[in-house]
Amino acid sequence: MSLLQIKNLHVEIDGKKILNGLDLTIEKGTVHAIMGPNGSGKSTLAYVLAGKADYEVTEGDVLLDGRSILDMAPDERAAKGLFLAFQYPVEIPGVATMTFLRTAVNAQRKKRGEGEYSTPDFLKKVREAAAKLEIDPDMLKRSVNVGFSGGEKKRAEILQMTMFEPRLAVLDETDSGLDIDALKVVSEGVNRLRSPERAFLVITHYQRLLDHIVPDVVHVMSRGRIVKTGGKELALELEARGYAQYAEAAE
Amino acid sequence: MPAVQETVDQVRRIDVDQYKYGFETIIESDKAPKGLNEDTVRFISEKKNEPAWMLEWRLEAFRRWLTMREPTWARVDYPKIDYQDYYYYSAPKKKPALNSLDEVDPEILRTYEKLGIPLREQEMLAGVVRPEGERRVAVDAVFDSVSVATTFQAELKKSGVIFMPISEALREHPDLVKKYIGSVVPVTDNFFATLNSAVFSDGSFVYVPPGVRCPMELSTYFRINEKDTGQFERTLIIADKGSYVSYLEGCTAPMRDEHQLHAAVVELVALEDAEIKYSTVQNWYPGDAEGKGGIFNFVTKRGDCREKNSKISWTQVETGSAITWKYPSCILRGDNSRGEFYSIAISNGRQQVDSGTKMIHLGKNTTSRIISKGIAAGKSQNTYRGLVSAHRKASNARNFTNCDSLLVGDKCGAHTVPYLEAKNSSAVFEHEATTSKISEDMLFYCRQRGLSAEEATALVVNGFVKDVLQQLPMEFAVEAQKLISISLEGSVG
Repeated sequence: MSLLQIKNLHVEIDGKKILNGLDLTIEKGTVHAIMGPNGSGKSTLAYVLAGKADYEVTEGDVLLDGRSILDMAPDERAAKGLFLAFQYPVEIPGVATMTFLRTAVNAQRKKRGEGEYSTPDFLKKVREAAAKLEIDPDMLKRSVNVGFSGGEKKRAEILQMTMFEPRLAVLDETDSGLDIDALKVVSEGVNRLRSPERAFLVITHYQRLLDHIVPDVVHVMSRGRIVKTGGKELALELEARGYAQYAEAAE
Repeated sequence: MPAVQETVDQVRRIDVDQYKYGFETIIESDKAPKGLNEDTVRFISEKKNEPAWMLEWRLEAFRRWLTMREPTWARVDYPKIDYQDYYYYSAPKKKPALNSLDEVDPEILRTYEKLGIPLREQEMLAGVVRPEGERRVAVDAVFDSVSVATTFQAELKKSGVIFMPISEALREHPDLVKKYIGSVVPVTDNFFATLNSAVFSDGSFVYVPPGVRCPMELSTYFRINEKDTGQFERTLIIADKGSYVSYLEGCTAPMRDEHQLHAAVVELVALEDAEIKYSTVQNWYPGDAEGKGGIFNFVTKRGDCREKNSKISWTQVETGSAITWKYPSCILRGDNSRGEFYSIAISNGRQQVDSGTKMIHLGKNTTSRIISKGIAAGKSQNTYRGLVSAHRKASNARNFTNCDSLLVGDKCGAHTVPYLEAKNSSAVFEHEATTSKISEDMLFYCRQRGLSAEEATALVVNGFVKDVLQQLPMEFAVEAQKLISISLEGSVG
């Protein structure tokens, strides 16, 4: 069974159509990239998968392990293994990053009927993962994303992803705001998590991220649907020729 | 810091649809006749075996009270209180023996057990001995109108600390009580304080002798149990020169359809180089979602930094009561004295909170600090009202005020009413205030990470109040976090 199946998905926000009959199937162990111009609906897709309110699904379905998730609350989806790395991670003043991680990981484990991590085990795991992402241990004591630089925020997202061990990770423009060194660290963090049981949906504007996180499948999105699918070479072609030709294809 | 997780866990274990403390303990009680007149005052004084001067003091207060009007300036709205419709004295009939906990009515002990406060108070009441060196809390439990038991008397005595019901202090240390009672909150101070002066039934008395650091936290636990009872406790704490004491207070009440009245007075006196830290977790019954029932809480709390280099710090977590009218204040009389006020006030349902502080700078080089976090949810109204003033002789007075309000939902209100008066040109007052809404983005982010709507709200709110929680003694901080989560139940989608 496919890990994720999106079937003829139509989505509106405030009466405005954003997704327009989108189909996408992702198998376990694969990395899919979605590229497309601004306004093509890439971020909407990420939010709808994660269950953000305000988006109205008017038609179609989203199946995770063959079961529709559209009626599930965002936290239920998270417990089922769906993770979204935010394009703009949200600041939570007064809540230490370590506290946040522990609270959230244990909440997910509880929902799945698994035991909680013991504190020392958990601290150790977080510190190890943080070190690999070149995250200063002091950052774990700071409030979630508060005062983090753009690069720190993205690394913190990957740290969270590492701790949650999701089955499907959606990365929404994780490369935006990263310099080349940070991009490398973040990509390595993602690559370390690649496994036969886990799939990734990488949303990006630019081909450069895909030099580091090499996808199995590349999709081009335009006007709310997928207009072309190919191998990793498709990303290079897009880089060279731009999106204009696909805008017409979507008409 | 694992406390947040503990909070979440504890909340999960609790039946949150119920006000947790809303049970009634059936015990026989000895009540004064309903209503209020000079005979009621005499009845109370006689019950307490008070010296004659105390009765006179009360009667004077009562006569004064008859000429006073209930204040109406606070941003709270409630039906007119019929002061003749309350019982002003109610005591468990079985006379508690203060030397032996075994003699306390087992029903009362069971009540404390049910209250389930993880403050080890229950253990203390049960007389459990803790290993040497561990932090301990001495507890005075006030049940309706009388103190039930005061623990750790002997050990406190060794260090010279007096901690006992004020009714007992009136008999055993009349000179001390006479010297200080009414010296911070005068009998004529305000409508509710004057009422309290006339009919107060019990409360705690603390005296810490010169140079003594009180060897343990002192704690009082208040509970209103009887129907239609007003609870009027009076607390008086004196820290003599160079001494230190930390005092905790917790409050609950059973669920009732009628409003119950609570009008307490707390007076603190800090002499030279002394420090008093006073913490409150107030969880009186707030009434139901429609505003039926709940405690009317009209409290006068004031600390007097009477001599130089003294310090008084108020920390409060207010989650209960239908109406809260409360302004713990500091009079900074001594040179170089310091006042602090840290507050978390949470309102939900139809609760109305009008709370804040007054920092009165009289001495030279006095400093004060106010950190207030108001959280309004449901259809509640939450007002911060604060006064910072510098007398003309108060050179170099300094104040820093930070008032933050957080709105949960869009049917509640948060208001900030600061008053600043500087009569000395060297005064420096800083005031910061923010109002924010718990954002959908923040909640969605937390939920994407696996937290339910309520867990997410609790986490965000706990982050919002962190600066103040840090001021609480450890035992109370955990309890306070739990209360915060419980009191926000039902406030989100």
